[in-house]
Amino acid sequence: MNSYILGLISIYYLAFLFIVAYQAEKKSKNAKSIVSNPNIYALSLAVYCTAWTFYGSVGRASTDGLDFLAVYIGPTLVMFLAFPILLKIVRICKTQRLTSIADFISSRYGKNRSLGVLVTIICLLSGIPYIALQLKAISNSFGILTRSLVNTNILVDHTFYIVILLVLFTILFGTRNVEATERHEGMVSAIAVESIIKLIAFFAIGIYVTYWLFGGFEDIYNKAKLLQAAKKNFVLENKSGMSMWFWHTLLATMAFLFLPRQFQVTVVENVDEKYINRAMWMFPLYMLLINIFVMPITLAGGIIFNGQAVNSDMFVLSIPLHFSNELLAILTYIGGFSAATGMIIVETIAISVMVSNNLLMPIFLGIPASKEIIALNPSRVIQFMRRLSIALIIFLGYFYFKFITEKYSLVSIGMTAFVVVAQFAPSVLVGIFWKRGTQKGAMAGLVGGTIVWFFTLIIPSLVSSGVMSDKIMSEGLFGNTLLKPYELFGMTGMDNISHATFWTLFFNTALYFLGSLCTKQTSIEHNQAVLFVDVFRYSKGIENSVVWRGKALVSDIMNLLESFLGTSRTERVSRVFATRNNINLNTRYADARFVNYSEKLLSGIVGTASARMMVSSVAKEEEISLNEVVEILKKSQELMAVNKELKQKSQELKLLTEQLQAANEQLKFTDKLKDDFLATVTHEIRTPLTSIKALSEILYDNDDIEHSERQHFLNTIIKEADRLSRLINQVLDLEKFESGKVKVAKETLNLEEIIEDSIESIEQLAKDKGISIKTKIDKKLPKFEGDRDRIMQVMLNLLSNALKFTEPHKGTIKITAYSKDDNLHVNVIDDGAGIAKEYQQLIFDKFYQAHDQTIKKPKGSGLGLAISKRILELHNGKIWVESEIGKGSKFSFLIPIEEIKLTKK
Amino acid sequence: MNIQKSIKVLIVDDEPNILLSLEFLMKKEGFIVFIARDGEEAFDIIKREHPRIVLLDIMMPKVDGYEVCRFIKGGNETKDTKVVFLSAKSKEADIEKGYSVGADLYIPKPFSTRDLVKKINMMAAGVI
Repeated sequence: MNSYILGLISIYYLAFLFIVAYQAEKKSKNAKSIVSNPNIYALSLAVYCTAWTFYGSVGRASTDGLDFLAVYIGPTLVMFLAFPILLKIVRICKTQRLTSIADFISSRYGKNRSLGVLVTIICLLSGIPYIALQLKAISNSFGILTRSLVNTNILVDHTFYIVILLVLFTILFGTRNVEATERHEGMVSAIAVESIIKLIAFFAIGIYVTYWLFGGFEDIYNKAKLLQAAKKNFVLENKSGMSMWFWHTLLATMAFLFLPRQFQVTVVENVDEKYINRAMWMFPLYMLLINIFVMPITLAGGIIFNGQAVNSDMFVLSIPLHFSNELLAILTYIGGFSAATGMIIVETIAISVMVSNNLLMPIFLGIPASKEIIALNPSRVIQFMRRLSIALIIFLGYFYFKFITEKYSLVSIGMTAFVVVAQFAPSVLVGIFWKRGTQKGAMAGLVGGTIVWFFTLIIPSLVSSGVMSDKIMSEGLFGNTLLKPYELFGMTGMDNISHATFWTLFFNTALYFLGSLCTKQTSIEHNQAVLFVDVFRYSKGIENSVVWRGKALVSDIMNLLESFLGTSRTERVSRVFATRNNINLNTRYADARFVNYSEKLLSGIVGTASARMMVSSVAKEEEISLNEVVEILKKSQELMAVNKELKQKSQELKLLTEQLQAANEQLKFTDKLKDDFLATVTHEIRTPLTSIKALSEILYDNDDIEHSERQHFLNTIIKEADRLSRLINQVLDLEKFESGKVKVAKETLNLEEIIEDSIESIEQLAKDKGISIKTKIDKKLPKFEGDRDRIMQVMLNLLSNALKFTEPHKGTIKITAYSKDDNLHVNVIDDGAGIAKEYQQLIFDKFYQAHDQTIKKPKGSGLGLAISKRILELHNGKIWVESEIGKGSKFSFLIPIEEIKLTKK
Repeated sequence: MNIQKSIKVLIVDDEPNILLSLEFLMKKEGFIVFIARDGEEAFDIIKREHPRIVLLDIMMPKVDGYEVCRFIKGGNETKDTKVVFLSAKSKEADIEKGYSVGADLYIPKPFSTRDLVKKINMMAAGVI
């Protein structure tokens, strides 16, 4: 294949990653973080599976059989069994604002600078070869696909250009924020996507080999059995046996916890502790999936290339190429490429933070002129340091790959890196459970372990590459046969890696305990130890933990913060801290809690050691006992509890006030309604009363009134008295509805019957007025349930209204009834005066006389319609009117049939 | 009595039975009585007849009494017409509002016929 095309594909792939990361950053700016998702978190952990997994697993399986699995069993065990440890580490890092494994260890042991430096160097020792390994994988796969040899001239080496792109990408998404505690959302999203891509690619090649080239798993195994060379693939090695499995699994466990890139994605980039629960099963599942096809591909490679010199590390590429399936080969290449780039990006970001915080910054801060440079633009300085570190690390990896790794297989480089990283285990794992662990112990353990590592693994590799004479291998150091690198103290029967793991951890742990027991902790060391070990007890108060008491001017501390956080952020942060902890910042000397908090803030930016250095430069240190520390912690925790309680109380009060206010509003409203109603009723009562009074007085004062006129007046008085008593009855009736005292009876009713009965009771009145009543009622109307008297009341009200407004001897009233859409409809239609549009709503309202309303609804309707409306509401029905002035009115109501059946159930 | 014979009184109310008693009372005093059942009718009669006194209800359909009163007191030719509110609205605030729109007298319902007649007579004589 043309190397330019493949180069373009690689560039396109990186551009795609760039877009993914960019989009994620953009979303996070809009507060729609996609990284706040347990799936993304679990997928990002799969950065564990590097090119080593992608290509190397098959390579390893070809030479050592099932041994390759140990590397994946370790992390699985961590997720299943050791997740409380993981949780504790995450919690400690969050409360202490730790951003790397170097910070973690130096902070645990009294914020010791040299420990930070040592851990950083160890990380570099493991990281650089590991990065080189990835570059080697990229370069090899590129070479195989393009069938070209790796070019030693850098300028025509494709890998070199990919390295430059990677540097740019890492700088772009790794140094967005100077505060390392702020997460790299774009980077994490890109890594999660890469995890999916490499899984898909590996699956594709696995399925292709197993089901396309062969007839499934069984077929491959049967064919492979015939090959002598594949025999070892079915059994565990006898040579080192179970001990090898044990050591390799242990090694992988520790690597999973402490490899800089793992620490970065698992701990630093963790958004929410709860996500660990998801990762607990999702990550092991991922590893299971990506390993399913390792064995079939290995065996298939053995069968296909039997007797040929094909690098088993590259089987996944060589197989599709052998069958000229270029598309699949490209997909595989992309999978391997993504595995490699993912590792390089995360590892570089993780180590660069350590290098810049623990190596470059302290050196820089030591330069006299540094203060002035920092004062100019501190975040620029830090960013520059980070970027410099990133470029340095990746290029170092590249040169390591160019000039050293050629001779080693992928796996051996990886395992060597694992062993050195495992040296963190005693300091970290014992350190978070045992308060007595001291700085000197940790230092002794780390140094001892690393020396043994160098002796048992690096010296042999130097020997085999011809840098050293092989005398040391056979005769031992200084001719002492007990000091042979592969057979330390005469121990044999283990593979090199297990052997090295055993001895490094043996010396490391022994020195750690010995050193810890023989030395005393300083007060700050002890205080930090307590905060780490008892993190779950104090994690709420840790913000105010005071591990050393510095006497410093408030102005000095503020200046320091301002130069790294900027004025506005410093102002905000200190104000928040002061109010939360009830501290006065207007004093001359700063409160010890504020000094410590500032240090913690700074350590999120420049690392623990540098932050301590800077704060110490403005503060005079005073001893502080553990008792005082615990006292302060307890106090702040109590204070916080009280605060929380107060907050809760005030919230409850606020809620209560709101409820009261709402109730009050409701009361006011009902009160107003009552007022309105009262005003209406009084008005309604006063009207007939006025007539009665006036007419009675007239009759009383005027004896000479004509007989007919007297009769007319008297008749009017009687009618008005009737109207008055009717009104009072209606008011009482309505009041019953209002207060919910009306119980609607549930009887099965026949609508036709009710209509006929109601007509019958007003028939005489209609005849007197000369008005005819016509009906059109559908046959076989369905029965319904309701209160007979109340429905009757509605009918009578409508009929008497119709009678009242229809012209005598001319008008007609028409009644229709039918069922439609599960509703019974009744219409009462008259050809009377009609009702103007603006009153059509009003007439059903009992409150037609609002406070400032003086326009009256048409007289005579009284409260009857208001009552009818209530009655229908109680039957889940409704009532309305359609009318036009001069053309009559049509009053309609409906009662649901179904609804009533339902309420019965 | 004779003096009043030429005095025109307009009664505006939407309640026929109240109109009945008021018409009787005013006619008996010798006034020339006009009847309006709502504000709109009242406008016509006021424009046409220029009554000296208007007995005015407040709560009426279409146009309320306040509106009628404002019309009377706002017109050049009618501004001397005496307006007497006769209303079931009898709260302090209602009465105040009645006077504020220009009424000369406010009598709450139910009223005493003798008292009403006395006051209207005084008004006709120019005493009020």
